[in-house]
Amino acid sequence: MSDLDKQPGRVRPAPENFLTEEQIREVAAGRRNFLRRSLMAAGAAMAAPLAARAADGDPAILQLPEWSTTLGQPVAARPYGMPSKYESQLLRRESPGLARVGGASVSFCPLQGLFGIITPSGLHFERHHQGWHEVDPARHRLMVNASDPAFLKKPKVYTMDDLMRLPPVSRIHFIECGANTGLEWGNVAVPTVQYTHGMLSCSEFTGVPLKTLLEDCGVDYKKARYVLAEGADGSSMTRTIPMEMVENGEVFVAYGMNGEMLRPENGYPLRLVVPGVQGVSWVKWLRRIEVGDKPYATKDEAVHYIDLMPDGMHRQYTSIQECKSVITTPSGGQTLLNKGFYNVSGVAWSGRGRIKQVDVSFDGGINWQTARIEGPVQNKALTRFNIGWKWDGKPAILQSRAIDETGYVQPTYGQLRKVRGTKSIYHNNAIQSWKVVESGEITNVQVL
Amino acid sequence: MSRFSKPILLVALCCASAAAFAFDNYGIGRQATPAEVKAWDIDVRADFKGLPKGSGNVQKGNDLFEEKCASCHGSFGESNEVFTPLVGGTTKDDIKNGRVGGFVTGDIPQRTTFTKVATISTVWDYIYRAMPWTAPKSLKPDDVYAILAYFLNLAEIVPEDFTLSDQNIAEVQKKMPNRNGMTTDHGMWPGAPASKGGIGNGGKPDVKNVACMKNCKSEVQIGSTLPDYARTAHGELADQNRSFGPVRGTRTLGQGAVTAAPAVDPNMELATKNGCMACHGVNNKIVGPGYAEVVARYKDQPDAESRLTAKVKNGGQGVWGSIPMPPNGHLADEDIKTLVKWILSGAK
Ligand code: HEC
Ligand code: HEC
Repeated sequence: MSDLDKQPGRVRPAPENFLTEEQIREVAAGRRNFLRRSLMAAGAAMAAPLAARAADGDPAILQLPEWSTTLGQPVAARPYGMPSKYESQLLRRESPGLARVGGASVSFCPLQGLFGIITPSGLHFERHHQGWHEVDPARHRLMVNASDPAFLKKPKVYTMDDLMRLPPVSRIHFIECGANTGLEWGNVAVPTVQYTHGMLSCSEFTGVPLKTLLEDCGVDYKKARYVLAEGADGSSMTRTIPMEMVENGEVFVAYGMNGEMLRPENGYPLRLVVPGVQGVSWVKWLRRIEVGDKPYATKDEAVHYIDLMPDGMHRQYTSIQECKSVITTPSGGQTLLNKGFYNVSGVAWSGRGRIKQVDVSFDGGINWQTARIEGPVQNKALTRFNIGWKWDGKPAILQSRAIDETGYVQPTYGQLRKVRGTKSIYHNNAIQSWKVVESGEITNVQVL
Repeated sequence: MSRFSKPILLVALCCASAAAFAFDNYGIGRQATPAEVKAWDIDVRADFKGLPKGSGNVQKGNDLFEEKCASCHGSFGESNEVFTPLVGGTTKDDIKNGRVGGFVTGDIPQRTTFTKVATISTVWDYIYRAMPWTAPKSLKPDDVYAILAYFLNLAEIVPEDFTLSDQNIAEVQKKMPNRNGMTTDHGMWPGAPASKGGIGNGGKPDVKNVACMKNCKSEVQIGSTLPDYARTAHGELADQNRSFGPVRGTRTLGQGAVTAAPAVDPNMELATKNGCMACHGVNNKIVGPGYAEVVARYKDQPDAESRLTAKVKNGGQGVWGSIPMPPNGHLADEDIKTLVKWILSGAK
């Protein structure tokens, strides 16, 4: 205890776990002696005196825990498995003040505690415009039609039975809301990576290429260059998709997500997957596909998801999520335990293809080192990177900078704002900075 | 495609008509009937393709809006409580120029729907498919024309005695205040560029960085740091991280550890699922009163439960103000009873 106390940037290993709230307040008020006394008391209460513990070894080893000495739970005690009860902290959360009603809001994915590249389905971020429903798969239909009968030989209707008989693909792709990091265009606004970058998830999706369906209906690719996707919910969300992305086989109608059916919040039983394109185009509860010869200027491409530029013009049909990365651990709102070694870990992604390289800086972008990428690197998917770091207890600023296979380098805030100003709301892919101070506390800062 | 043998594939490629080979290939799915297509194909494009015939005037729109929309959007579409305002922030000059001046000068206090939207079709399409929020697709085309006429009058684009119809909507389009405010000159459209009949510049990025590795700059310039209020506005960060591993969440509120997940109250779930929470906060008024206020008002009235159950079922107004609560006929009586009991027992 006293050794730890002397180190800069130490976190006392969670006295909260066995002190009362009142005792914690006393500690916080600076009564250190009290802490020592109560640690003794707490130790005593646990049958083995603190002194003996220190001399003999760790009670977690010396006193066999109940899971080593009693019978555990039977199989299928939980027919649908749940995370451990000790994992209750990592939850989807809303950002206060962002939206006024829960049915037209966002919940953010807790990136700060996730590993690898696959987002657990229950933690996938949510964005609904008119609430979510439990759509009955037996009554769900997908209609394919055309704005002009000349564009399609036969408008068709598919049931879920039909769709699940067709040859599927399974692919891992990231999905990011176009407004991800949107709160931070002008200045730092939120404390943690959950709120700065948590409108981001990555899953393995399974479904039928839209190309298969359009060709099954006899599409005329020469005339129909655009696709309208429409949802079955109250908002009946609509977005325009370029036919080029359908023809090259990338776009698919998905029913599967991470080995099971889609979750209701994510569009059960059918959603569109448009790799590399912002989440709003991945229409959920997909009920209709229309092929046409013009873009549609729907509400979410004519009133929202338009990027305000410094000259007062709005960019319309901005869809690609450009190359971006963020360090997830350690990150804002976390505190380092003490000096020494840390694995710095994060994710990188690009709507233009594969990630080629991720560099990390510990000094606010003066010097950079190339991080280790966890393979295999997939097209338009999250890519995990890791790099070792020895923290010397001094202030530091951590950043990551991704480069994609087109050679595009993730920009700084200064570079991004010079072109796009600060009011765009959408498509903020600037380099994220996390500042570490002597106490080990990490906060969100913006380096220009 | 992989189903086909190689020679066929070659033929398909050489003739660029793979579609012909795949048409009706699987014998799966069936032809949509004209009535089915008509029922679902409700989109309206910027060139008004898909726009149903009909008309409606400003006065009727005013009445409809008051009845069906004002509870959330304010009588003049100005409310910022449930969603950002619909109308406001545009001027006569904007109507003339087709550019909203506030965007050009950079001082626009509030981006309303009418400051942004360039295409009137968009608003028609959206109201018809999605509003009112709690009863989407309940409006007739004539209702939509009327409500839109009311919006246009509020925005001073059309006079008070105006009737909007499929016949004159294209003329009105020419007066939309931000009609010239959109650009597609960017590299973020994933399809063909404008030069090939598509949109944008073909994917050319507008922002450029280079991958410098050593001594990239002489100093680190901090543009912004986390404001104090923002540090604590998102709750206890210590409880948003694991209690083990390489780091801990920073203790921001300084209270004792509260690590248990907030248990999901089935009543709250029921209320959320059925849209009650869109209009009522537990403590705060949204559109209707906060539940705490309801409790305070009725705590000594033994018949409150049955009265409120009927009120929630049938809707009504006048107790808390002029804004009505819509009927909640989509709920089973049992569920309404449960919710009212829960509210009166101090819903949390
Ligand atoms: C119960 C509350 C409620 C009622 C009643 C309601 N709306 Fe809305 N309205 C909303 C919400 C919430 C949104 C935002 C939805 C979203 O996020 O996509 C919205 C969005 C809109 C928009 C799009 C604004 C924009 O900038 O995106 C229009 C237009 C609109 N409403 C018109 C109407 C009309 C017309 C009516 C009456 C027929 C109506 N609303 C009734 C809650 C309501
Ligand atoms: C579109 C918004 C809206 C929705 C949705 C809504 N309410 Fe209301 N509610 C209101 C308004 C407005 C009032 C105030 C009516 C009045 O002044 O008489 C109200 C009043 C109430 C009252 C007090 C009634 C009284 O006479 O004092 C209760 C209880 C209540 N609501 C419960 C519910 C429940 C339960 C649901 C979900 C099933 C619900 N509300 C859904 C808007 C709404």
